[in-house]
Amino acid sequence: MDDGPTLEQIAQGDGLALCAAGPWTAGFAPVLERIVADAETLTGSRPNIFIDVSQISKLDTFGAWLIERLRRGLTHGNVEAKIAGLSANYASLVDEVRRVPAAEPTAARQNALITLLEDIGRNVVGFGTTLTDLIGMLGAVLAASGRVLRHPRSFRLTSTVHHLEQVCWRAVPIIVLITFLIGCIISQQGIFHFRKFGADIFVVDMLGVLVLREIGVLLVAIMVAGRSGSAYTAELGSMKMREEIDALRTMGFDPVEVLILPRMLALVIALPILAFLGAMAALYGGGLVAWLYGGVQPEAFLIRLRDAISIDHFVVGMIKAPVMAAVIGIVACVEGLAVQGSAESLGQRTTSSVVKGIFFVIVMDGVFAIFFATIGM
Amino acid sequence: MAGDRSDPIIRVHDVSVQFGVTKVLDGLSLDVKRGEILGFVGPSGAGKSVLTRTIIGLVPKIAGSIEVFGVDLDAADESARRAIERRWGVLFQQGALFSSLNVRQNIQFPVREYLNVSQRLLDEITIAKLGMVGLRPEVADRYPSELSGGMIKRVALARALALDPELVFLDEPTSGLDPIGAGDFDDLVRTLQRTLGLTVFMVTHDLDSLHTACDRIAVLGNGKIIAAGSMADMLASSHPWLRAYFHGKRARAVVG
Repeated sequence: MDDGPTLEQIAQGDGLALCAAGPWTAGFAPVLERIVADAETLTGSRPNIFIDVSQISKLDTFGAWLIERLRRGLTHGNVEAKIAGLSANYASLVDEVRRVPAAEPTAARQNALITLLEDIGRNVVGFGTTLTDLIGMLGAVLAASGRVLRHPRSFRLTSTVHHLEQVCWRAVPIIVLITFLIGCIISQQGIFHFRKFGADIFVVDMLGVLVLREIGVLLVAIMVAGRSGSAYTAELGSMKMREEIDALRTMGFDPVEVLILPRMLALVIALPILAFLGAMAALYGGGLVAWLYGGVQPEAFLIRLRDAISIDHFVVGMIKAPVMAAVIGIVACVEGLAVQGSAESLGQRTTSSVVKGIFFVIVMDGVFAIFFATIGM
Repeated sequence: MAGDRSDPIIRVHDVSVQFGVTKVLDGLSLDVKRGEILGFVGPSGAGKSVLTRTIIGLVPKIAGSIEVFGVDLDAADESARRAIERRWGVLFQQGALFSSLNVRQNIQFPVREYLNVSQRLLDEITIAKLGMVGLRPEVADRYPSELSGGMIKRVALARALALDPELVFLDEPTSGLDPIGAGDFDDLVRTLQRTLGLTVFMVTHDLDSLHTACDRIAVLGNGKIIAAGSMADMLASSHPWLRAYFHGKRARAVVG
C-alpha cells in the first residue's frame, strides 16, 4: 500500500521545484488540500516555479485538479508556474482540468426575516391563485360535461367505471369499519354522560342527528380526500411529469375530458354511496353499543330513532355529499396538473391536495350549515 | 490499481435470470478484462440491460456467479459490497438523475457520501466534471427537468464519474445524442479510459461507438453470448444476426 501523498520543496538557484509524490487521489483529498494550501502561501517572489509530478504514483481527477489549483495559485503577474515530468498517461487528464474555468462563489444567503416575509407574501398570493385555479377547473369540467352531453359517444364509460371501482367499491370496507367504530364511540360517550341525568335514551337523538347530518358525510369526505384525492393528484402528477398529458393534447384529446371528467364523475357518484353506507354502519355501531353498554333494546332504539329523526336530516347529509365530492375532485385535479418536474414537487402537491381538500370540505360544511339553518331544514 | 491487465475485472459465470416463465439470460458467461472498453450489443429486448442490472445487483439471478474486482458478489458482506459499489459508476439509460436535486447536487451526492472533501473542492470538481462531459458551468444550477435529453445523459455520466471509478457501466450512452455529441462522447470515454485506466462496460446500438470506442464486442442472443471479439471478428462472423447487424444498410456507412 502506498504512503500518503507528499509535496516537497527544493530550491534550484532562483527557482523553486515542488516535487509531488505518492498517490494524489480522492481518498487523500483533505491531506492534499492542506498540502496545496500550505504550498500556495510559500511562493515568495521566485521567478521560476516548477511542479514536478513525475513521482506521483496514482492520479485521479481530484489530484489533477489540486495540481492545477496549485499551478493557478502560484501563477500571478509575470510569474507562471509550470508543470514538469508529466507522464503521457496523465497528460490528457491534466489538460482536461486545465480547461476548467475558475469556480465562481455561490450566491450569499438572504436575510432570514426577508425570506420569511417573502414566504408569507407568496403564500397569500398563492391562496388567491388557488381559488382562481379551482374556479377555472370547475369551469373546464362543466364545459367538458356540456360537450359530453351533446356528444354522448365521447363519454368514457370504461374509465368512469374503473375509477368508480377504485374510489367506491374498494373503499367500502375501510369506510364501513371506521364509521362503525365512530358510531360505537359516539354512542358510548353519549350514554356515559347522559346517564348522569337519567337521559340515556336521548343518545339516540344525538347519534341520529350527528351521524346522518354531519359526521357521516364529513368523516367519509375526509377519508375520501385522503384516500382518493391523493391518488388522483399522484396519478395526474406523474402523468404530467412524463409528458403523457402533453401527448394526449397533441393527439387532439382534451385532458379534462379524458382524464378529469371520469374521475370527477366517479367521485361524485361514490361519495353519496359511501356516505350512506357510512351512516348506516355508524347507526348500527351506535345501536349495538346502546344495547350492549346502555341497555337500550333494539326495538326501543328504532322507535326512538323514528321519532327523533326526520327525513330532513338524511336529505341534508345526502345533498352535501356530491358537492363535497366535487370539491375534493377539483382540488385533487388542480394540484395534479400543477406538478412540476421533480419527485419532490409530486410529494408537495399530493400533500397539499389532501390538506386543501379537507379544508375546503370543512368550509363547505359550514356554508351548508348556515344555508340549511336559514331555510329551516 | 497495478493489477495484471489481462485479469478479468468482471467475471460472469453461467448466470441465468428468469422473469415469470421467461428465461431472459440462460447460462450466460462473460469476462470483461481490466482496462478494456467492451461494447455489448444484441437485439432489442434480448436482455442487455438485464445483464447490466444483474451485474450491479439490481436484478436477482436464479443461477450462476458474478465476480467484480475478484470478489464474488453473493459471498460479499455488506461492507465489501459497499466498497465495490464505490469503485464503479453506472449510467442508466434514462439518466436516473435525482429530480429534486440540481445538477451540482446530483454530481456532488456520491462524493459527499463517500469522501471527506471540502465544499470548495467539491464545487471545483463539479465544474471540472461538467467540463469533462462537455457542459458549461452555468448548467450546474439547473434541475434535471430543465435539461435536454442529451444534457441529462452528460450530467448522468458526470455523476457516474464523480468518484473516479475504475469501472463504469454505460447503458446506451449515445442514444438520443446528435452524431457530433455522440462522437465527442466516444472520444471522452476513450480519453477517460486512457487517463483513469477505466474499464467500460457499454451497452450500445451505436455502430460508430462500437467501431471507434470499443476494444471488444460481445453479442447477446437467446440468453447467451453468441460471439465476443474485435470488430474484425464480428465482420468475419457468419452468424445470421451478426451479418444482418454489421453488414446492414446502416452499418455499411460506418464500417465500409
